[in-house]
Amino acid sequence: MTSILSGIAASNGIAIAKAYRLEHPELNAEKKTVTDTEKEIARLETALKQSKTELQAIKKRTAEQMSDEQAAIFEAHLLVLNDPELIGPIKDKIQSDQVNAEFALDETASTFVTMFEAMDNAYMKERAADIRDVTTRVLSHLLGVTIPNPSLVTEEVVVIADDLTPSDTVQLNPEFVKGFVTDIGGRTSHSAILARTLEIPAVTGAKTALADIANGVMVIVDGLNGEVIIDPDAETITRYETKKADFAEQRAEWAQLVNEPSVTADGHHVELAANIGNPSDVTGVLDNGGEGIGLYRTEFLYMGRDSFPTEDEQTEAYASVLKQMDGKPTVVRTLDIGGDKELSYLEMPKELNPFLGVRAIRLAFEREDLFRTQLRALLRASVHGNLKIMFPMIATLDEFRKAKALFEEERANLTAEGIEVKADIEVGIMVEIPSTAVMADTFAKEVDFFSIGTNDLIQYTLAADRMNERVSYLYQPYNPAVLRLVRNVIDAAHKEGKWAGMCGEMAGDEIAAPVLLGLGLDEFSMSASSILKIRSLLKDLSKADMEQHTETILNLATADEVEAYVKKLLGQ
Amino acid sequence: MVEKQYKIAGEEGLHARPASVLVGAASSFQSDVSLQHKEKKVNLKSILGVMSLGIKSGETVTISADGADEQEAIDRIDEVVKSEGIGTE
Repeated sequence: MTSILSGIAASNGIAIAKAYRLEHPELNAEKKTVTDTEKEIARLETALKQSKTELQAIKKRTAEQMSDEQAAIFEAHLLVLNDPELIGPIKDKIQSDQVNAEFALDETASTFVTMFEAMDNAYMKERAADIRDVTTRVLSHLLGVTIPNPSLVTEEVVVIADDLTPSDTVQLNPEFVKGFVTDIGGRTSHSAILARTLEIPAVTGAKTALADIANGVMVIVDGLNGEVIIDPDAETITRYETKKADFAEQRAEWAQLVNEPSVTADGHHVELAANIGNPSDVTGVLDNGGEGIGLYRTEFLYMGRDSFPTEDEQTEAYASVLKQMDGKPTVVRTLDIGGDKELSYLEMPKELNPFLGVRAIRLAFEREDLFRTQLRALLRASVHGNLKIMFPMIATLDEFRKAKALFEEERANLTAEGIEVKADIEVGIMVEIPSTAVMADTFAKEVDFFSIGTNDLIQYTLAADRMNERVSYLYQPYNPAVLRLVRNVIDAAHKEGKWAGMCGEMAGDEIAAPVLLGLGLDEFSMSASSILKIRSLLKDLSKADMEQHTETILNLATADEVEAYVKKLLGQ
Repeated sequence: MVEKQYKIAGEEGLHARPASVLVGAASSFQSDVSLQHKEKKVNLKSILGVMSLGIKSGETVTISADGADEQEAIDRIDEVVKSEGIGTE
């Protein structure tokens, strides 16, 4: 009988194959008293040696079949096996407590696992899996138990596991392993990252996959929707075969678009850019054909630490992004802290409504020292690429003028200090408060560009906190009131020879994008993973045609009417 | 004892791969080799110790070697830090 499990869509795609259970035996590190501690230490050393031999073989095979980068995981594992801070304490424990090697190993390794799991940094949290993996291997040798050898698989399978350790994952031959399902894990777990690298569909966090799925049963892994269909009937298999073929076709089409410009059917160019939070996100931007960065959220530099980043630290981060972007436009947003983003070390008074309180540019003025440090760092980094700067949450022209004056002052200071800065840096504003959208014609005379932050613009225009589920029905991206404000901003920009971009989620939305095209939006900035989808959508649309529909759309009465109208246009 | 100071250059900080390279280099010498970051000091021959520091891009570390082959150790580590783009002086 068919059943369905829900989980996290960790890696896109659809796989249809028999289940292969990758089940790790329960390795019981039972505590035992030993009298001959020297002999016990020798047992440990033998197990360590056997584990090293295995890891070296796996590392070699991985480098041959996959990549040096993936094999590097096992270099780290080999170093863990040789780690004096791990091996030393295990031997000490055997000697001083007169316990068996298994128990000493398990106890000592658990201390490290706990330490890494407690770290704030997501990357470091995931390193706990590496330690567990190494521990399991050594323990299996001590206990004389064989752990799974996925490399022996010689037919097409979907792997079912509690979690995939790095050793498991890289032994999986993509020729035979068509998908993964794991009971635990999220989108940033080791197996999810490698599944995406190998382009194998994966669902993580399925909870009961190992309990529910027997070896050899037919399984469908829907990595697009995070679903696992167990023992599907013939009709279901046919339906998913079609979905699989459609996805493969779409992926092939999108792959061809990575290096294409973003052009509509009638030859109009737009810029498809990406939103990032860290310098390490730039790789994803470029891999997905991003033509720029429309929003670099600099608050990520301030989070996950206990003190403000220095001018040098900031300069380094901004320069890194600019260099990677190699001349492509890069819009950096100055610090936007407050609202839903807080810093533990910045002591701010409690506010009844932080979304309407001291945050973003208001905080920058209150803490001018922080703002000046950031401006100096941006100016120093500017020589490394195509930098543009924008100020968040501007409500009045006075605020923009004040921020711009501080920028010019710091530019003059750096020049006087003999530090080189780029000559012409565009300075613009986020449009997220309705007052700037209403007064866009006035702002357009002074700013170099607008970037419409629709997430906030929508919540302020419709007076609904987007984090409050009880009023989520009011968070309406397609509401004509929002669209009219957007048009006002774009028209005002163009009238003054300026450009208008958008960095809210609307920019990457398939219903909104055609409307925005018709309104004349110049730059669409979104999650990097949405760029190819929108590029594909826009290349089949005519800007002139969409312009013809603009007046009708903006005079519809409700968001639902807008959505229905656009869907009809797109033939949905 | 010999020591040297560096600013970490990689975008992701001193994560598994550069940490592995550093630990590998340090482990081939007899001297005690340590890495200091802020107030914490760890054994540079310990991959777990180094990674537990969570060192980010742009942060400063001090590497010191103490023992019979301390100069060779520091020279080799310096070579690796530069050739692998791990950090700058």
